[in-house]
Amino acid sequence: MTFKATLMAGTATALIALAGQAMADAHATHPVTGQALASDQSFTYRVLDDYPSIDPQLIQDVEGSSVARDLFEGLMNEDAEGNVIPGVATGYEVSEDGLVYTFTLRPEAKWSDGVQVTAQQFVDGIRRAADPATASEYAWFLEVAGIANAGAVTAGEMPVEELGVAAIDDMTLEITIDAPRPYFPQTSTFPTLFPARLDKIEEFGDSWMDPENIVVNGAYTLQEYTPAEKLVRVRNDMYWNNEATILETVTALIIPDENAALTRFLAGELDMTDIPAGQYPRLAEEYPDQAISFPNSCSYYYMFNMSDSGPEALSDARVRQALSMAVDRDIIVENVLAGGQRPAYTFTHWAIPGWEIPDIPMANMTQAERNEQAKALMAEAGFGEDNPLNIELIYNTSDSHAAIAVAIGQMWKQTLGVETTLANQEWATFLDTRGNQNYEIARGGWCADYAEPSTYLDLFTSSSSYNDGKYNNPEVDALMAEAKLSDDPLSLYQEVESIAAADAAIIPIYHYASVKMMAPTLENWPTENLLQNWYSRDLYISASE
Amino acid sequence: MLSYIIRRLFVAIPTLLVLIIISFMLMFAAPGGPFTSERALPQAVMDNINARYGLDQPYWKQMFDYVANIVLHFDFGPSFQYRDRTVNDVIAQGFPVTLTYGFWSFVVAILAGVSLGVAAAIRHNTWLDYLAVGVSIGAQVLPNFVMAPILLLVFTLWLGWLPGGGWNGGQWQYIVMPVIALSTSYMASIARITRSSMLEVLNSGFIRTARAKGLPTSRIIFQHALKPALLPVLSYLGPAFVAMITGSVVVDVYFSTGGIGQFFVNSAFNRDYSVIMGITILVGALTILFNLLVDIAYAWIDPKIRY
Repeated sequence: MTFKATLMAGTATALIALAGQAMADAHATHPVTGQALASDQSFTYRVLDDYPSIDPQLIQDVEGSSVARDLFEGLMNEDAEGNVIPGVATGYEVSEDGLVYTFTLRPEAKWSDGVQVTAQQFVDGIRRAADPATASEYAWFLEVAGIANAGAVTAGEMPVEELGVAAIDDMTLEITIDAPRPYFPQTSTFPTLFPARLDKIEEFGDSWMDPENIVVNGAYTLQEYTPAEKLVRVRNDMYWNNEATILETVTALIIPDENAALTRFLAGELDMTDIPAGQYPRLAEEYPDQAISFPNSCSYYYMFNMSDSGPEALSDARVRQALSMAVDRDIIVENVLAGGQRPAYTFTHWAIPGWEIPDIPMANMTQAERNEQAKALMAEAGFGEDNPLNIELIYNTSDSHAAIAVAIGQMWKQTLGVETTLANQEWATFLDTRGNQNYEIARGGWCADYAEPSTYLDLFTSSSSYNDGKYNNPEVDALMAEAKLSDDPLSLYQEVESIAAADAAIIPIYHYASVKMMAPTLENWPTENLLQNWYSRDLYISASE
Repeated sequence: MLSYIIRRLFVAIPTLLVLIIISFMLMFAAPGGPFTSERALPQAVMDNINARYGLDQPYWKQMFDYVANIVLHFDFGPSFQYRDRTVNDVIAQGFPVTLTYGFWSFVVAILAGVSLGVAAAIRHNTWLDYLAVGVSIGAQVLPNFVMAPILLLVFTLWLGWLPGGGWNGGQWQYIVMPVIALSTSYMASIARITRSSMLEVLNSGFIRTARAKGLPTSRIIFQHALKPALLPVLSYLGPAFVAMITGSVVVDVYFSTGGIGQFFVNSAFNRDYSVIMGITILVGALTILFNLLVDIAYAWIDPKIRY
């Protein structure tokens, strides 16, 4: 071929390719929604902090879990509403006593190096999480899931082989749990229970997750990870359901400052970022199609130190009740936070599936009525103008916690004449102080581990290691124990909330919302998935009109 | 001279040891630990973790093992916060970043600072002097945490000239804003020191002699006045250089460079003991080294100084 002929052939090929591309663009639509797809299917979002780990069994944060759900696939997945749907397992059967789950794995599931995904790899993964030698901070999650002997194995009292997981054959996995737990299948969507390739982990040691070494069984694989800067994942062609994946590239940019992230979003560098506290009303007005708020399964509350080291006044339920009533939640939610949060009078997040908030007397009063009653309770307890209550309130250093504490301190002062001393502490110090009951009233925030009320209500039990207020009511303990064995625990949970409200065990303040800026072309974000367990393979970028 | 250098290097060893001991004591005095979290970990899990990281050992033993590992293997230990990385990894990844933008900041700060300072001094009490002083005071009082968001707003959002952050292997577009944000206050200090010391030199006897000889002004400034005038600047530059190449929290946080500056603060908040120590030692060693270099440079510039 002469040079000219080569050139012509090359040009022709390029033209055909271009035309093909244009055709593909013109015709690419989403199979379900029929929306036109953008030719560039890449999604870039901001994360606050570097990942402590992206190793499934070591992951301990929400952002790391999002990465792991893209790179790996567990037995079950979640859909956009948070319902449990098949993952590597096509489904499961439960024994009659509710203790043995038998998962059937799909034969078409392969790792990115072509190796079959087997039941044994799930056994390896779960054992690895429990193994004391792994020293995983999330070993406790196996106890939340209720996997038999998890606690004893982690404590080193039993060998890992005693853990309640077994591979019956390559495609059949049996998991035994310690008590019937209706939420168990959902825990299998959590990275701690993901499969592990021990051959790779042994071969590469700590660097098995490096892009050049990693093997994955999820819809994406790791292309680049520059710590403290960015993490890029790209489509994994070996994923069994690869045809359904639309997004080609997903990039997480680590941007510690939320205002810098917002500026970069507005400059078009990001498709999604968090809205800094207090800026939602302005942004919602300026960018109505981009500023969104939806429920996020965390609850914000104040806890009382009811242990022996706590102030005597707080052991009086009337005082606690008065302090709770005098907090005008509407002001906190509408004026201080202004991001679509909801006032809370009970602990469990209102949007937990199947949850119905019981009737709490305080919730139905006006604030004026609450204030009246609070004053009366305070007077009854012996506090008044000549004998004011002095209280110290601690919170971890943050502008929004400070704003809320100042507002509430002011409410207590105006309504009840309570003198509040505010003290902020840096996070680790704060947790230490609170965990050792060296406080009077402290800020708390609790996020659901799974979408069921007990993830919150367990904190009211006297045996909970998260019960930093040392609230202790045997009736609550008994009800929670009963709920564990009940087929329909809702009424028991409601009773627990009612008792906790009557005891003023805590001051529920508000239920969180996720407040985000999202590019109008980013589609299918699962705003209804309360735990915000999202999968990149469900997202897509629509063509902008 | 050589024996002086060797002596200084020997003194550096106990200095670093004292630094390590004090840092260790401060670190363990802070409440909480690297694995303190909202969900207090079950004791069994905590024990496993403590055993893995040697945190179950007495403090003196932890400290001894730590120093021994550094001396014998140059191993600064695993990071407690980033489970898949060692401190060597953290430094190897972050230090080249801050070294790059820190070095350019240093170059910019010296060139701009010295030029401004000299210009102000030779045009003493003219508009040029006032302008130079104004600029340097402005740069000094505008802290970089104010400067950084303004740069981002102007160059990224309004003008769209520069990417808002990231590093991308150190392409120049990603370095510009970090360098501006980091260099300005150093530039201002250098300008002020240069100006005052230049003024002093220009009023000294040997400059008067040079003028009386009829030397051209440019030769007087560059050949005779500049060198002695830079002596005070030089003593400022040693620590400043170390501060710049080890980065800045503000720059790292606003421009997400992935540099090591942010670890100064983050590792302390996270109680990431080994990273705190690794960075403290890095900065300590660099400070000792550059102070030595400054002292050597002194002898080279000023013939009156001999060790």
